[in-house]
Amino acid sequence: MSNSGILRSSLAKKYVMALSGLFLCLFLLGHLAGNLQLFNTSAEGQLAFNEYAHFMTTFPLVKLLSYLTYAAVLFHVVDGIALTMQNRKARPTGYVKEKGSANASWSSRNMGILGTIILVFLVSHMQNFWYVMHFGPIGESDGLKDLHTVVMTFFGPENGLAGLAVAGYVLAQFALGFHLIHGFQSGFQSLGLRHSKYSPLIERAGLFFGIGVPTLFASIPVYLFFIQL
Amino acid sequence: MNLTLKVWRQDGPEATGHMDTHALEGVSPDMSFLEMMDMLNDQIIRAGGEPVAFDHDCREGICGMCSMFINGEAHGPGRGVTTCQLHMRSFNDGDTIAIEPWRAQAFPVIKDLTVDRSAFDRVIQAGGYISVNTSGNTIDANAIPVPKEQADDAFSAATCIGCGACVASCKNASAMLFVSAKVSQFALLPQGQPERESRVQRMVEQMDKEGFGNCTNTGACAVECPKGIDLSNIARMNRDFMSAAVKSKK
Amino acid sequence: MLDSKIPEGPLADKWTKYKDDIQLVNPANKRSIDVIVVGTGLAGSSAAASLAEMGYNVKALCFQDSPRRAHSIAAQGGINAAKNYQNDGDSVHRLFYDTVKGGDYRSREANVHRLAEVSTNIIDQCVAQGVPFAREYGGLLDNRSFGGVLVSRTFYAKGQTGQQLLLGAYSALSRQISKGKVDMLTRHEMMDVVMVDGKCRGIIARNLVTGELERHAAHAVVLATGGYGNVFFLSTNAMGSNVSAAWKAHKKGAHMANPCFTQIHPTCIPVSGEHQSKLTLMSESLRNDGRIWVPAKKEDAEAIRKGTKTALEIAEADRDYYLERRYPAFGNLVPRDVASRAAKERCDAGFGVNKTGEAVFLDFASAFKRYGKTEASIRGLSQPSTEEIVTLGKEVVKAKYGNLFDMYKQIAADNPYETPMKIYPAVHYTMGGLWVDYNLMTSVSGLYATGESNFSDHGANRLGASALMQGLADGYFVLPYTIGDYLANDIRTGAISSNSAEFEAAEKAVQERIDHLINNNGSKPVDDFHRRLGRIMWNECGMSRNEAGLKKAIADIRALREEFWKDVRVPGNATSYNPELDKAGRVADFLEQGELMCMDALAREESCGGHFREEHQTPEGEALRDDENFAFVSAWEFAGDPSESKLIKEDLVFENIELKQRSYK
Repeated sequence: MSNSGILRSSLAKKYVMALSGLFLCLFLLGHLAGNLQLFNTSAEGQLAFNEYAHFMTTFPLVKLLSYLTYAAVLFHVVDGIALTMQNRKARPTGYVKEKGSANASWSSRNMGILGTIILVFLVSHMQNFWYVMHFGPIGESDGLKDLHTVVMTFFGPENGLAGLAVAGYVLAQFALGFHLIHGFQSGFQSLGLRHSKYSPLIERAGLFFGIGVPTLFASIPVYLFFIQL
Repeated sequence: MNLTLKVWRQDGPEATGHMDTHALEGVSPDMSFLEMMDMLNDQIIRAGGEPVAFDHDCREGICGMCSMFINGEAHGPGRGVTTCQLHMRSFNDGDTIAIEPWRAQAFPVIKDLTVDRSAFDRVIQAGGYISVNTSGNTIDANAIPVPKEQADDAFSAATCIGCGACVASCKNASAMLFVSAKVSQFALLPQGQPERESRVQRMVEQMDKEGFGNCTNTGACAVECPKGIDLSNIARMNRDFMSAAVKSKK
Repeated sequence: MLDSKIPEGPLADKWTKYKDDIQLVNPANKRSIDVIVVGTGLAGSSAAASLAEMGYNVKALCFQDSPRRAHSIAAQGGINAAKNYQNDGDSVHRLFYDTVKGGDYRSREANVHRLAEVSTNIIDQCVAQGVPFAREYGGLLDNRSFGGVLVSRTFYAKGQTGQQLLLGAYSALSRQISKGKVDMLTRHEMMDVVMVDGKCRGIIARNLVTGELERHAAHAVVLATGGYGNVFFLSTNAMGSNVSAAWKAHKKGAHMANPCFTQIHPTCIPVSGEHQSKLTLMSESLRNDGRIWVPAKKEDAEAIRKGTKTALEIAEADRDYYLERRYPAFGNLVPRDVASRAAKERCDAGFGVNKTGEAVFLDFASAFKRYGKTEASIRGLSQPSTEEIVTLGKEVVKAKYGNLFDMYKQIAADNPYETPMKIYPAVHYTMGGLWVDYNLMTSVSGLYATGESNFSDHGANRLGASALMQGLADGYFVLPYTIGDYLANDIRTGAISSNSAEFEAAEKAVQERIDHLINNNGSKPVDDFHRRLGRIMWNECGMSRNEAGLKKAIADIRALREEFWKDVRVPGNATSYNPELDKAGRVADFLEQGELMCMDALAREESCGGHFREEHQTPEGEALRDDENFAFVSAWEFAGDPSESKLIKEDLVFENIELKQRSYK
């Protein structure tokens, strides 16, 4: 088999899915660590957050990482679509009666839908904050772009749709949670990292990650919304 | 027991199929599922109809021929059993049972519940063997010791009966469990080492060519597998394929 | 006269010397020679793969959807080989001796010795192919013991040895298919052999999916089509196993040898009701650890049948371990024919233990204790309780026979870890089959028969774990040599044409029979006749036979055959996939074969191995052989109708073994 054949093989697609997915899990951790600063709504907190945002958008190494993240998202999405299409083709006539719940978890059977929800969220999320940060209009505070206020405002009473936004963000985190519960351990399996002794640990870690990370993410808009009521 | 059976009928690969409804009375709970199907066919033939075509042979769960998708699951609700080992005591009087063929692009329907699984054979032909000719002069069977645990794992992988329940159960109609079981059997034995890398590459290539879907690790295959083939085989194949791809000269 | 072509010389040198003197075909000539192999079980797959490796052009057929599904796959217990890895005194000679004795002295010495010689090569070959045999902790191969022998020479892969060996042969075959050396035709059934100038030159086959008839020409044809146990309707055979290929060959001149030699396997799950379509074997290996018994008191047996008592309520003193009682030397490990008859004797006497009165117990309670004690000692438990011991013992038994116990539980809806299994004998294997000479060629030139489809090695009773050995011996190590001796004369023949008048006529005859079946418009499904034939055979030509019963059976079968051709209903058409039509053709052949079996049983006025004539028994009820008058192979020649078949005798000469009454006491 030639190299191009290997790249086109179904297994290579799995590796891409797994590697990009696990990389994005790392990204989630980093992103979460930064965002947790939003719990500090004081002036110091505002300054710290804005400094952090400035650093994240200007420091070259972080820039590089961000391009890697964009690439990972792109690969994950494109590969996911390609896989889904190929998998649809593999069963042209569906079952009249199919009992998927008997043999596989709900999230594992609905990764495409969950992923799509996350993608829609991602677009709107980037429009809400990333785009504003990069292309304005955005105010300044202490000589820095004031992303902190943008966030506070977005989830505050000034935004008439803030309640809806919070609900959307929470829903998206549910989708992310289910996506991660299957995706985290699935990534290891795809890369062939399975072992009778360690795999249960990986599964537990995936469950912890899949519940913990989205919960913390979701708690931020909820918190910001309620303290500004 | 009295049952209502909804059975998939399809004249040939190109024909469109449909579910037919039959009432069957006086089914004994001691019957196997296939004996119940015999009874249905007897009833149909005596009434002048055409019996339901289905694959079956050994009727003791080892040949891998029987292949029915019963009430939404491959080989029905039982675990660790083939259709022929499923007994009617798993059902209740008055039940409605839906019976369909395996459904996959790579398994075209021949007639009714009979499908063509020769794709599996072609995957084996692509490399599912150890290239050793028949001769009376191979080395003594005990010349190479194989650790018991490893031999047992190879055996567990080798118990795959090639029924196709993994493909039928997978929402993507993926054949990864079948292919990886064979890859694993040889990967675990010293005799399989010389061709380990080329084997996994050739078999995966053929698997893709046959039009099976991709693995998304739902694990449905291993749950429905009548022989309990484990997902660790798929992981091993993923690993072996990657290392083969990295190391191969072309 | 039948010429068995057994080479001259001392027994142990015959095969080696014969191989040295045999004609060979040079590699270039092999490329222009075609061989057809019908059937892809152990014998067929191994033969097809080996012939292709040697360079012949091979066409292989199987009626299943894949060669891997042939019924060899269901063999459970193991495969014998005279490796003497256990250092318990095994040798080629001992395996040879055990096999001839086990077969009740009705097999050819030379064939059996050859089988024992190549047995060791089989294990080497299979291990090289990646067959995962059971191993010990040191990494070397493990052995177990089987019925009728005093050594441990059986190699096994849990309870799935047949599956693993067949997958090995199938992988060798697959390799040749991928090279284009084997043309594999699945879902194809052989409908007839074609004779040209007195030689077998091909076959008519039917594509079971499209219904098309096909002509396949070749220089030689190998039948590896298994046994005919399904003549009994209920047997441990697969539903599709049939006699048709062998029977067609018989009608074209191949003699059928010892057709009445059928093996009734002692440990099968009893019949549960009228709906039953097949019987399931519980491996003989279970007799290593299980003890067979029935209640010693009739009233206990009656109470169990009625359901008012269970096996566990019968006190140890009130149990009759009848095999241990009758055969103290071999106990529960007597050969199959002996164990089966003993079970029947007890049940006929009123000691049966299930509703139908046709079942005995196979009890593992003492094995649980024995293994449990060893295990407790390994784990260093001091003074373990009985429960602890039994629990540990169950774990050990589970590791050994888990899949068989699960299978039993599934079918019988009863937990064999708690209550003893119920078992009863069932038809399992047919020692009889097409007559072949030392080369495995039938009485038709160019037509070979291997594996269970021939009669050669097991005499009147096959020992456990010897069927796999014979199938692979024939396919890997015997036929590939001997067929060369015949084909060497064909190197100048050139390709055989399938356009000859002979092919034309054979195809036409096949077509006419199919048309007849499909247009018959009778009232009863095929299974109806098959079931009735099975009942006749089981009652009159089963575990014990007598003159009056056999005569009645012959008349009944003739009447049933007539009714079949008048009243069978085959739905659908002959030009598409139609399993009922396939079945009808097979049952039609069973209806002829069954008659010949009864005729053979009637003609053999002695008891030997699986053939037990009630008129011929010792005062203790053991089989009574008549070596003076019946030390021969019955080869039946077809003469237009089964009833007119002619008996030809091939005398069996024993030069190396002294004929004795078989004793396992």
